[in-house]
Order: sequence, then C-alpha cells, then structure tokens
Amino acid sequence: MGELRLMKGNEVIAEAAIRCGCDAYFGYPITPQSEVMETLMARMPWEETGMVVLQAESEVAAINMMYGGASAGRKVMTSSSSPGISLMSEGISYMAGAELPGVVVNVQRGGPGLGTIQPSQADYLQATKGGGHGDYRLIVLAPSSVQEMNDFVDLAFELSFKYRNPAMILTDGVIGQMMEKVELSDFKPRWTDEEVERLNGSWAATGKKPNRERAIKTSLELVAEKQEIINQGFQAKYKKMQEEEVRYEMIHCDDAEYIIVAFGVSARISQKAVDLLREQGHKVGLFRPITLYPFPSKIINQMADKVKGFLSVEMNSGQMIEDILLAVSGKTKVDHFGRMGGVIATPGEVVDAMLTKLIGG
Amino acid sequence: MAELQLADIIKPENKVYGKSKIMTDTPLHYCYGCSHGVVHKLIAEVIEELDIQEETVGVAPVGCSVMMYNYIDIDWMEAAHGRAPAVATGYKRVNPKKYVFSYQGDGDLAAIGTAETMHAVNRGENIVMIFINNATYGMTGGQMAPTTMVGQVTSTSPYGRNVDINGYPLRITELLAMLPGAAYVTRQSVHTPANVRKCKKAIRKAFENSAKNIGTSFIEVVSTCNSGWKIDPVAANQWMEENMFPFYPLGDLKDGERDSFEQFSVQKLKK
Ligand SMILES: Cc1ncc(C[n+]2csc(CCOP(=O)(O)OP(=O)(O)O)c2C)c(N)n1
Ligand code: SF4
Repeated sequence: MGELRLMKGNEVIAEAAIRCGCDAYFGYPITPQSEVMETLMARMPWEETGMVVLQAESEVAAINMMYGGASAGRKVMTSSSSPGISLMSEGISYMAGAELPGVVVNVQRGGPGLGTIQPSQADYLQATKGGGHGDYRLIVLAPSSVQEMNDFVDLAFELSFKYRNPAMILTDGVIGQMMEKVELSDFKPRWTDEEVERLNGSWAATGKKPNRERAIKTSLELVAEKQEIINQGFQAKYKKMQEEEVRYEMIHCDDAEYIIVAFGVSARISQKAVDLLREQGHKVGLFRPITLYPFPSKIINQMADKVKGFLSVEMNSGQMIEDILLAVSGKTKVDHFGRMGGVIATPGEVVDAMLTKLIGG
Repeated sequence: MAELQLADIIKPENKVYGKSKIMTDTPLHYCYGCSHGVVHKLIAEVIEELDIQEETVGVAPVGCSVMMYNYIDIDWMEAAHGRAPAVATGYKRVNPKKYVFSYQGDGDLAAIGTAETMHAVNRGENIVMIFINNATYGMTGGQMAPTTMVGQVTSTSPYGRNVDINGYPLRITELLAMLPGAAYVTRQSVHTPANVRKCKKAIRKAFENSAKNIGTSFIEVVSTCNSGWKIDPVAANQWMEENMFPFYPLGDLKDGERDSFEQFSVQKLKK
C-alpha cells in the first residue's frame, strides 16, 4: 500500500511527476492549474531528485523548453489550461513531427477566448484531433478522479516514450481543484545518463557518439515523397495505438439498454445519474473512455448492436459525440447532453436528458 | 627549370588551410557570398579546437540556416521559428554539462522570437547564442526584417523602410547587453579575413564561457544577404560597411559575467 493522502488533483500531478522520475517541468501560471507549479516550487524537487522546475516566460517558451529536454531523451512535462494549450499547439505539433515524448496536462476551463476560469471539457476536439497543424495525434488520457491524476502521470510518460509521441492528460477544473483520497505512487529514481543512453540512445540527441549516426531532432523534410513516408510512419504508429492502447471503464453495461458515454468529471456526474435511473427501473449503464485518443470505437460499435441508444454527456456543445457517431455507424440512436461555458451539469439534468432524449423519446 | 609537379606542391608541410573535420562533406546550399557559411565554418573550427564534438549540441533556427545540421557534424535540434533559445534552455537545463548553442537570423531572433531571446539572456542561461543580422528575411525572399535599415528597399518595403509605417530598425544586441544575465555580448562581422579571425575568437570565448557557467554569451554577426538585397557579393560587403556598420557598430558590448544582483535583492515579505 502506497502513501495515503488527501490532496487536490493539481497537487497530485506535481507529486506524481516527482515520484515517477520526471526530469523537468516547464510551465506558465494559469487558473485553474497554477497549483501544479506552485506545489513543485514548494517541494523543491531539484534538492531531492534533481528534477528541474522552471517558470517560463510563456506557454510558447514552456513547450519549446520541453522540445529541448525531450530531445535529450529526458522525461519532461508541462501543464496549463485551455488558453495556454492553444499557445502550446505550435510546439506540440513540432514535437509530434520530431517524434519527441513528453507529457502535457490540460486542466480545461471554459472558452473560447479568455472564456472563464470555470471547468469545461470544450477542448476535446483540440486534444483528440491533434490541436496544432499537420496530420498528427496525441495520446490523450482522461482521469476522472484524483487517484487517476496520480496514476496517469506515470502512464502518460510510459506511453509517450513507447510511441515517441507527446501524450496529454486531458482533465478539467473540477478534477484539478477537488480534494480526494489518493494513494501516491512509490518513488522511482530519475534515469541516470547511462540509462538515458541505454534506453533512448538510439534516437536522443545526447551528443554525437563515434558508434552511431548523429541525432537530429527535426520535423523538417522538404521532399514531398519523403515527407509522405514520414507521415505514413506516424499513421502506422497511431494504428498501433488504436490496436494496443485503448482503455475504458464500464459500469452496469452488461444488461444496459441505454448507455451514457462520458469522461472525466462528466463520468463522475453520470455515474450518479446511472444510479438514479436504475432506482427508477431503467437499465442504464456508463461507458467511460479513459483513452480519448485512441478512442474506444471498436467496443462502442459492438455495444451498438445490443443497446437502444447512447447519450454522450460532455461539458461542451457536443464534441465526443462525433467520435461516438462514427463508432456507432448508424446502428442505434445517439444523442448529446452538455452544459457549456463552465457550467457543471447536475445528475438530475443528466437523468432528465436520458429520459427525454432517449428512453421516453 | 624543371616543371613543378602537383605532388611537389600538395605536401603536408605546405598546407596552409584545411576544412575542419567537424564540417561534413555536404555542399552548402547558401548563395555565393552569403555570410552563413563562413560563420558555420568558424563554429566547426571552434568545436574541433576545443575538442567538444561529443559534448556539443546545436539548435538550428527557421531561416536560411534551417538545415545547418547538415553541415556541422554534431547532434542537433531544429526549433520552430524563433524558439531556439527556449529549446536550448530546455536542453541545457536537463544536461548542464553539455555545450549548447543556438543559431538564428534576425527575423527568427529579433521578431518572432524576441520574447524567447530576451528571457533566455535575462535568465543568464549558460548557452551560446549566435545571431546572423543580415537586415532581411533571406529564406522567404528578402522581406523587411526588424533590423532592416531606414530607407532600405525590401520586397515588403518596396519604397524603402519608412519609420512612420514600419517603425525603427531594432538594435536588439544593445538591449541584450543591458540584461544582468548576459556574460558576454559582442558584435562581429565576417567580411574580411581580419574580421573572420576576430569573429572566431569571439565564438571561441563564448564556448569557453559556457563551461564556466557565468551567464549567456551572445554574438551578433553583421552579415550580408546579397540575394535578398539583390546585389552582388562585393557590393553587398560594401553596402554593409557603409550603411550597417554606423548603426550596428562592431565590438564588445559586455565582457564579464552575469550580475550577482545582490544590491537589488529584497527581504522576504513579513506576513
Ligand atoms: C511560424 C512561422 N512563420 C513564418 C515562417 C516563414 N519563414 C521562414 S524563414 C522566415 C524568415 C527568416 O529570416 P531570418 O530569421 O532573418 O533568417 P535568414 O533567412 O535571413 O537567414 C520566415 C518568416 C515560418 N517558417 N514559421
Ligand atoms: S538568401 Fe541571403 S541569407 Fe539566404 S543563403 Fe542567400 S545570401 Fe544567404
């Protein structure tokens, strides 16, 4: 049993980073996630593990510092909230193009523009369809508890190094700000220089060695035919992710006639709605995608043969529903319920939506 | 007199000049007369002389030198437009023992990347920053740069740079020299053999500084872009001397180490 604590989601991100052997955090303050860097600065991990924590001049700089640290074969991360992630999109695209690992945490707030500091899930499409320019995808993990904020930091690093692709933890202001019991991970030491060489020496720019080709971390290839081959490599990687990395949770789905699909805090709210609907005698289940990319399309497609309808519950105007519709392929009804602009739906509203849009309708 | 044979001339003891081992055999893609190639050569020579090939990592910019990693035989990172100082910072912070340098044009360093430039120097990152000021955007076809001279014709200032519309040429090196994080700030050129030698000394000093952890070393090289300026290389050198040097005077602007700043640090706020 690991160390038990009562902590805020954002603080846990910081603690988990230190414990999983992260080498550097680069960030810029923005509500509702400033506690990540504040916690790190107060913890002074450079004294303990040697981890670097640096407040950058902007999110643009922070993500490019990550590009540098990741090029060295090191575990680097950043966190921000929606407007900051937009600024990072350029750098994320370059990292994906140069096949660099790294973890980006988005504690979403309502938008567009400066929007609000209240929680939201309106960056779903930005996160899952790439966000920046070019044909790339991020590995996107959606925690729905403070415990998963802890667990997914290490997992995100593992996946991002496995695929040499940036990974995003897509969370929201509720999960970031709320306090819950959490079992913290045990400490893993940071990689030594030798370990970096052994694990990542085949691609990282660790200084030109006589025994290997020199490493050039770039996303540039001007010859169209060669650039296409590089892109085909990315697509092969994404296909492998779709085959091997899909993660989800199913609650009461075995006998369900209707299924709510929800991630993050919406899944927590929907879980309560499922209980209320079951109390009323409706066979409703909850399907919670944990990887938003790769999206659990196959299993949703299979469930679509059996159920009478899916309700996508999201804190946005209906973004994940696009992926559900593609997965369902017209086999059954799909509808959406969401609040926007930072408003958090209540379980009662979800119940009503299920009754009026699907069960009754 | 017996005819001189080639073999009599090409002998090790007659060698006066050679290509640095750190330069690859890839032919440079630069226009004839361009300053970029000369500065590349100097960097390669310094890396060879200091014997730091394995310890050095470069950050290439977006601009004509975007593919400079093809020419200098070390590990490289290719940054987004303007972001090289942030990339260099990230690398250096996780690998403090490495020699890290960035190389940028004026558009990259003094327009789109101004924030990253200022803050890297202001933090006193222990990196080497090399700045090629050719008063234009070479790569995209000779548009106006932040350093374009007043009156200078470019493709986006076809009637000459007009301060009322375009503002003033930016002496960013003077600004950077004011920052406490800077250790060494100098302005050089490579248009004569004497200046090439001086510039090499400056680059060498900058790399040596980087091992001493005394702050940022920044070298501006006032350069020509004869293609962008649409004149021949000789005329370009002359134009640079006559028009750029008065505004961008050569020489050291700061030579020391980053400030301790003790006189300005404050007490903790009492709660
Ligand atoms: C975000 C972004 N904006 C614009 C460009 C187009 N672009 C490429 S190079 C360049 C200017 C480079 O000029 P400079 O930095 O002075 O270098 P030079 O080519 O003169 O060496 C521009 C605007 C780009 N690649 N990326
Ligand atoms: S366009 Fe200008 S900067 Fe670019 S290679 Fe030619 S001369 Fe050099």
